[in-house]
Amino acid sequence: MLGADAMVKCLEEEGVKYVFGYPGVAICPFYNSILNSPIDTILIRTEQNAAHAASGLARVTGQVGVCAVTSGPGATNIITGIATAFADSIPLVCITGQVNSALLGSDVFQEADITGAVESFVKYSYLVKDADDIPRIFKEAFYIANSGRKGPVLIDVPIDVQNTVISRFRYPGEVNMRTYKPTVKGHAVQIKKVVKELAKARRPIICAGGGVLLSDAEKELKAFAEKHRVPVVSTMMGIGVMPTKHPMYYGMVGNNGHPYANRAMNESDLLIMVGARVADRAVSQPDLITENKVLVHIDVDPAEIGKNVGPTIPLVGDAKHIIADFMEEEFTCAHEEWIKTLDTYRATMGRVRKPDPAYVDPAEFIRMLSESLNDDAVYVADVGQNQIWSCNYHIVKNGRFLTTGGMGTMGYSIPAAMGAKLADKDRQVVAVCGDGSFQMSMMEFATMRQFDIPVKVIVLKNNYLGMVREYQHYTYKDNYSVVDLSGSPDLEKLAGAYDMKFMRLATMEHAQETIDEFLADNRPVLLECIIDPMDLVK
Amino acid sequence: MQRKVFQLLVDNTSGVLSRISGLFSRRGYNIDSITAGVTADPRFTRITIVTSGDDEILDQIEKQVAKLIDVRDIKELKPNQSVYRELAMIKVKASANERQGVIAVADIFRAKIIDVSPESLIIELTGNQDKIEAFINLLDGYEILELARTGIAGLGRGIENVTYLE
Repeated sequence: MLGADAMVKCLEEEGVKYVFGYPGVAICPFYNSILNSPIDTILIRTEQNAAHAASGLARVTGQVGVCAVTSGPGATNIITGIATAFADSIPLVCITGQVNSALLGSDVFQEADITGAVESFVKYSYLVKDADDIPRIFKEAFYIANSGRKGPVLIDVPIDVQNTVISRFRYPGEVNMRTYKPTVKGHAVQIKKVVKELAKARRPIICAGGGVLLSDAEKELKAFAEKHRVPVVSTMMGIGVMPTKHPMYYGMVGNNGHPYANRAMNESDLLIMVGARVADRAVSQPDLITENKVLVHIDVDPAEIGKNVGPTIPLVGDAKHIIADFMEEEFTCAHEEWIKTLDTYRATMGRVRKPDPAYVDPAEFIRMLSESLNDDAVYVADVGQNQIWSCNYHIVKNGRFLTTGGMGTMGYSIPAAMGAKLADKDRQVVAVCGDGSFQMSMMEFATMRQFDIPVKVIVLKNNYLGMVREYQHYTYKDNYSVVDLSGSPDLEKLAGAYDMKFMRLATMEHAQETIDEFLADNRPVLLECIIDPMDLVK
Repeated sequence: MQRKVFQLLVDNTSGVLSRISGLFSRRGYNIDSITAGVTADPRFTRITIVTSGDDEILDQIEKQVAKLIDVRDIKELKPNQSVYRELAMIKVKASANERQGVIAVADIFRAKIIDVSPESLIIELTGNQDKIEAFINLLDGYEILELARTGIAGLGRGIENVTYLE
């Protein structure tokens, strides 16, 4: 058995079904061994998208996403994808081929110090020097990636290590790491303190972040919010923790969020942040969430607590366990007045838009689309104005809403949607992007066609890098610089080139029929929506 | 700004020092000094870091370092419950006539002369940082040719806070 065979065997032991990647000489032993395995390989068209696709798969399955690329440029190309997964705490194992270990450090062809380069974007990285270490390293890598605060782990394997004969393969049953033991259970004393505050509070609110979804705690959160009638708001990464129309859910907070959600959070007297980093986009003025209120901060990563804002009650642990512990406690809350107030805010503080009828109104279009989607559909939003409209107007039923809120990497939606679709081919998966973000990953149409991954793609086309144009509109008084997307391809011809169905919506007039036809069958479709180039999210 | 000494026990893996120093540099934390050496158990390395910052930064330093996978343990070495030592080697220019004067100063500080050449001496001095600073100040009249300092190594007093290796 070769080191490369052992690598593949490890992936099988971990139950991996798909490896996203791009070969090169340095990873060829691995890609040769994987031919003898039931694991499917997906040839992505640029390495960054391998990490995004693995991220999409990881987010809907809860399992670690895996990608494998070659040394040098293959490895450096995947860095943005790894950094995206790191910022969004998505569990990945990224395997990179490396030049012969005897040549390491001598700047030979396609050598890059990838473990050094990704150091600040990974939870951990390995450079495998001895093929006998492969089983232990893979076991640890999968464990590290998908426990505690989740994130990407990189394994760099020199080609000679992949080609080394190993005497026997034994996959460890469990990890034995002296130095890594994430806290899962919350501290009992701290839990009691929170419960005591909940019983006292007149205006409690929970602000849920992506950590709730990562710990698979949506059910627990919903049950808790319903039982004690505690209102819930979410960060961008937390969208989908509760159905959008749930009476106890009051929308997304932050500088791109709903005004009523921010008001609800700021006026509370007890704010429970759970699985949220309290970063600048969600909480632009940290003093507003600490003034005149008790702040409870629950996070599995102790370093997040107190990093951006000092909480009254810190509580380290996994959201699922902690909310389950809250459920065990008996207490009563009396804050019906507060809920009435929030209902009034929600009813009266919505954004008023004045869309130009000559174009598709992205807000109304997204609302209609999401109403037409299946109950468990996966909606992947890209980055830009499209992302903000998606966050504000997409209605989550019981499906998932995926986007990169932490890193904000353009081009995320199409590869991530592909990963989500592969995870469950019966599920509706829609990627919504702008014409800028679309052009950052449109090469993946080839992957969709080659491997029959029928993702539905919507491009909100305005011929601008809209989010930057909007910023220049406000900040530089319409002095537009490098935001004009003239020269973009004819999307109809592009879809034709990939033998994909194409549809276009120019106004709202036939929106519903178009959406129905767009979603009708399980084929990849590209739908272009012409939107007002001067439209603003704010 | 406050100064703190942290003691770390880390897995003796390749790249562990770079992971720790990289964390400090990318998050903009100060390192006044860092020393590392293998422990009695070769699987582990003990690192002493002297750093400074306000309370929030120092709290973040402790948490972010603790989060690194290779770090088994981090604790503060509080001045009143710990001993710190630093070693300095000082090469002083001294002709045969000046030599006795330098040796006399070195004796007062219980420093050792570890090398003598016709025009210079190397002095070895161990102590806490104040002692080393004081000694260097006393050598004011002499020309210091080269100076090498190790940075602080430290241990907590007593057995209460010992991290036992399995």
